[in-house]
Amino acid sequence: MTNDDIILRVDNLEKAFGGVKAVDKVSFDLKKGGVLGVIGPNGSGKTTLINLITGFIAKDGGKVFFKDKDISKWQPHKIADFGLARTFQVMRPYATLAAYKNIIPPLYSPRAKRTAKGKLGDRSAVAVDILEEVGFERDARVPYKQAGTLPLGYLKRLELCRCLALDPELIICDEVFSGLSMSEIASMVPLMERLHSAGITLVMVEHRLRELFQITDRAIVLSFGEKIADGSSQEIFENERVKQAYFGGEDSYVTSE
Amino acid sequence: MPELRKERLDRGVKVRAESIYAISSMKEIMFLIGPGLVLVILLLILPVSLPSFWQRIMALTGVYVLLSIGFGFLASYVGLVSLGGALFVGMGGYISGLLNSVGVPMFLSIPVATIAGALICTLVLLPVLPLRGVYFAIVSFVYPLFAARLIAALGIFGGTDGIAGLDVMPNVYVLLYVMVAVVIVVMFGMSRLVNYEDLGLVLRGVKDNEQAIKASGLNLTWYKAQAVFIAAAMGCFGGAYLTHLYGWVGMSLFATDFSILPLAATVVGGTGTIYGPVIGAMLLVPISEALRPFGTLRIVFYAVILVFFVVFFSEGILDYLKRKYEQFEHWVRV
Repeated sequence: MTNDDIILRVDNLEKAFGGVKAVDKVSFDLKKGGVLGVIGPNGSGKTTLINLITGFIAKDGGKVFFKDKDISKWQPHKIADFGLARTFQVMRPYATLAAYKNIIPPLYSPRAKRTAKGKLGDRSAVAVDILEEVGFERDARVPYKQAGTLPLGYLKRLELCRCLALDPELIICDEVFSGLSMSEIASMVPLMERLHSAGITLVMVEHRLRELFQITDRAIVLSFGEKIADGSSQEIFENERVKQAYFGGEDSYVTSE
Repeated sequence: MPELRKERLDRGVKVRAESIYAISSMKEIMFLIGPGLVLVILLLILPVSLPSFWQRIMALTGVYVLLSIGFGFLASYVGLVSLGGALFVGMGGYISGLLNSVGVPMFLSIPVATIAGALICTLVLLPVLPLRGVYFAIVSFVYPLFAARLIAALGIFGGTDGIAGLDVMPNVYVLLYVMVAVVIVVMFGMSRLVNYEDLGLVLRGVKDNEQAIKASGLNLTWYKAQAVFIAAAMGCFGGAYLTHLYGWVGMSLFATDFSILPLAATVVGGTGTIYGPVIGAMLLVPISEALRPFGTLRIVFYAVILVFFVVFFSEGILDYLKRKYEQFEHWVRV
């Protein structure tokens, strides 16, 4: 029943916090090498969905298949080790360490050792290389500065670097564009495109639709934990339920008698 | 008349980058290794220069130094607040004592107690390692109380009397130099561990951000367990050493002092380094012993001294000394 091309399949994922259904029976699948956008209004369950997929919070129900393996019950570190990396929306750098040292712990993961086939060499040099790959090269001193002192744009890139150090097959990016200036976003877009063309499958949780649809043409839309649309940008923008979720439907106007 | 100006030695020595030193003269090399050298020489000459009453206290201080290094390591580099000093000491002490009482010689029972004790301590603490917050502190604090009650109630392992008649070190110099050697190795070994880019770096990551460690494909619990094992091994060695200092093992090895003093030593000495807790323990234990003539009032004076350190050296004695040392100015000819 499984398709060879499908790398990630999410099946009826459920999570409730108290009485609130944060994620309500969400299903989708994603082809290898594809890019999927996940959009939706604030509080619609996007980050919870990521946390469920990557094992950071326990699922109430549903299954996640990655590379045809059921990873629903796996620990986060095992999922990351299997090739499914993620970034955090609220960046989680090792604040007291220099930027390049932030990339060294993932280089100690079993996956990094495996993929390098024992040819990892000097981890500090590898770490600096990875940083330069994503745009730290503009200022040679930045990799040696404490991560806690870096501006937001660099921290977002640092999150990506931590994923790249694992040599992942799929990266789930939780709002890489949010909080960045227009010029920083403009430089992030080609970076994401480069990752995509390097063969990495991407799931991008985003609020910035214009940039998102430069990179991909497929997205799913969440609203109150439910998946209300799945398709191309055209289909999504024309979908009545999406319009209602974002702008409010006819019946939500307060009418005066 | 030649003009003079003040100069700070460290300006030329320390390049403003982490762990990179530019050294250009013997004087600068001495500036860097001097403090460590003084400490090592002090440790080496103390055993032969102390009166016999203080020699005993030095042995006890050594145990507390190891415990404090372990506490400081877990607190400053792994983010675990451990009150397990008594657990480690008791575990190491009883294992070594029991082995010795069935005929295993001391030089074998101490290393076995160090490794096996640390292993058992790590295993019993394993369930709380994935949790954040105070759970580790509480559970590690409760285990030794539990063990002491269990021994008293069931009368096992000698019950409340303990096991007497165990081997003791052949003489006081062997006793002290064994401890000095272990302290020097542990001190510099731990300093190397936490400052270089292997296990120590991952552990500092654990302290800074547990979620990021998980997202890096690293097993958080496994790394925490390794750190606890290292700290426990130091404590267990201390316990086994005490057993063969007294030639006796008993419930007092589970005493709460072993859990609390390392915390005080780390606060007084300075957090964030390996040497801070060492200095803290080397001050607090002798002070505590020197106050013994005051009888019951001892604790009162001790508390006053502790408060003095916390109020006037709140950043820790080591940080204070380090700042003064690095700011030290000398006159140079222009």
